[in-house]
Amino acid sequence: MSGFTPASSMPVFVHRSRRGAELVLLILALAVGIGAYAAVGLGVKEEIPVDIVGYGTWLVALLVAAHIGVRLLAPYADPVLLPLVAMLNGFGLAVIHRLDLSRPAAEKADFAGQQLTWMTIGVALFLITLFVVPDHRMLQRFTYTAGLGAVVMLILPMLPIIGKEINGARIWINLGPVSFQPGEVAKVLLVICFAGYLAVHRDALALAGRRFAGIDLPRGRDLGPLLMMWAISLAILVLQRDLGSSLLFYGLFVVTLYVATERKGWIVVGGVLFAGGVFAAISLFSHVRVRVLTWLNPFDYYPEPLNGTSSEQLVQGLFGMAWGGMIGRGFGSGQPWRIPYANSDFIVPAIGEELGLTALLALLLCYGLIVERGLRTAIVARDDFGKLLAVGLATSVALQTFVVVGGVTGLIPLTGLTTPFLSYGGSSLVANWVIVALLLRVSDQSRRPLPTAPSDEDLAAEETQIVKLDKGALNK
Amino acid sequence: MSELTLFLIRVAYLAILWIFVLAALSVIRSDMFGARVTNASAGGQPAAPPARGKAAAAARAPRRGVPTHVAVTTGSNAGVTVPLSQAPIVIGRGSDAAIILDDDYASTRHARIAVSGDQWFVEDLGSTNGTYIGSVRINQPTAISLGTQVRIGKTILELRK
Repeated sequence: MSGFTPASSMPVFVHRSRRGAELVLLILALAVGIGAYAAVGLGVKEEIPVDIVGYGTWLVALLVAAHIGVRLLAPYADPVLLPLVAMLNGFGLAVIHRLDLSRPAAEKADFAGQQLTWMTIGVALFLITLFVVPDHRMLQRFTYTAGLGAVVMLILPMLPIIGKEINGARIWINLGPVSFQPGEVAKVLLVICFAGYLAVHRDALALAGRRFAGIDLPRGRDLGPLLMMWAISLAILVLQRDLGSSLLFYGLFVVTLYVATERKGWIVVGGVLFAGGVFAAISLFSHVRVRVLTWLNPFDYYPEPLNGTSSEQLVQGLFGMAWGGMIGRGFGSGQPWRIPYANSDFIVPAIGEELGLTALLALLLCYGLIVERGLRTAIVARDDFGKLLAVGLATSVALQTFVVVGGVTGLIPLTGLTTPFLSYGGSSLVANWVIVALLLRVSDQSRRPLPTAPSDEDLAAEETQIVKLDKGALNK
Repeated sequence: MSELTLFLIRVAYLAILWIFVLAALSVIRSDMFGARVTNASAGGQPAAPPARGKAAAAARAPRRGVPTHVAVTTGSNAGVTVPLSQAPIVIGRGSDAAIILDDDYASTRHARIAVSGDQWFVEDLGSTNGTYIGSVRINQPTAISLGTQVRIGKTILELRK
């Protein structure tokens, strides 16, 4: 007994490690990031900034650390994700620095410096995540813990002392000198929770249940926990008036459910519920109605506010992008400071004004590639949980980019979200670095060559002895 | 600084940006089409030269066979067999497992035996104490053949004809 030779006709796709390619791309990404910093200095102050050596060294050190970490901790991970993220982050830093320079002397602020600090924390957490999670499947054990954690994170800003309201949205907590948006962390936890729950229950959701009016309804006990999870997060978000995040969480929920069950019906149901929700929100909440009105007719509310409503931010952004045109005004020659909050939600129009459509398309392509690599990871992943986790993480980047870029370009109503990796915003940056670490972890697991099974000869030698012993025992 | 210099800086910078994007695309392209495709025999090791491979196969021919069931050989459930036609087979302490183990060191859903092509695989489902082949704890779906000893807690299973 032994020695079943597998059919030799079964091809196996063996991925290469590709760390060298990653290094080359990282060097290019650094050229983009540091080059932008130099271009900002040349454009605004007509000289290469003095601190570029220190700044450049710090950026190089961060990315080299990330690269070495990936080499040691996830050697087979996707080679393109880290450089893409590094490029977006470096580019965002330079644009934030440019907006800092344009501020009048009275309100001087060093947002770029703060963002660099957050990036350092982000890269540190990226490395810690890769180190602490050697196998993404261990996260599945924390399915319900992650769900509970997400709810706690969402409730935190509503607590009296630590919660803080900024610009009408109560989504911040005070951590001494800095404030933090726990919703960004909740996003990652919710993805883990959805993926873990659906990996176990997807068959029950897709197959068990009654047929009613031509639609297969899943059993309540399968769907219940999921719906509760989703309702709690949405309720909290509506109470906090955070439209962008509600949209993001809802989209995540529908996409993960669709991918897990392979049922197109979920998209239809999700779409109908979404339409109903939007209608209800428009008629119930004035702040939602304002967003829709300014989206439909932005120029009615500019330059003078109408009925106390102003669309100055949106319109200034549109003017900026229009003035930028194809190749932009050049760093230092635009007026991006006219857009309120240009360094966070409205960084895309600021880039469009100074570098034009050419740069915006390159950036959007980079987001597209990040999402593509995430979905690709999901396809190659060998386990359900890994697939759903990668889909969820990639979807969160895709939805966040769509919601914010769609909002500032007037495609959809404006909802406040940060552009992943580009915008000024510590919590978002840190959470997105963790997302990339998890994606790299899943992709490392799925691209790693299969461990070689013990060879036939070894097995034969080992087993003959055992079989003989068994036979001896039987004969007695 | 002159208008022209600023214009050249801008164009040069946009060029760097696009060179990066195109480089990323070319890496993705080579990643898709440049990967090695090997045969699954001996779990991804380079295939033996054909002549030698044939000879070896001939030598092993009498011992070859297709597994039809999985059997528990050691442990408190020794003697239990489950036909492989029910694949994928979940092994664990839970009541929904195909092979329910009475083993304190096994998890509720401990491991799974599944087939891909002609090859059978055992996959650990994130168990607490792990699944072992020989003395090696597996962390990936691992190919098993007739008689490969898969250890779960105090239980040993194998594929049988």
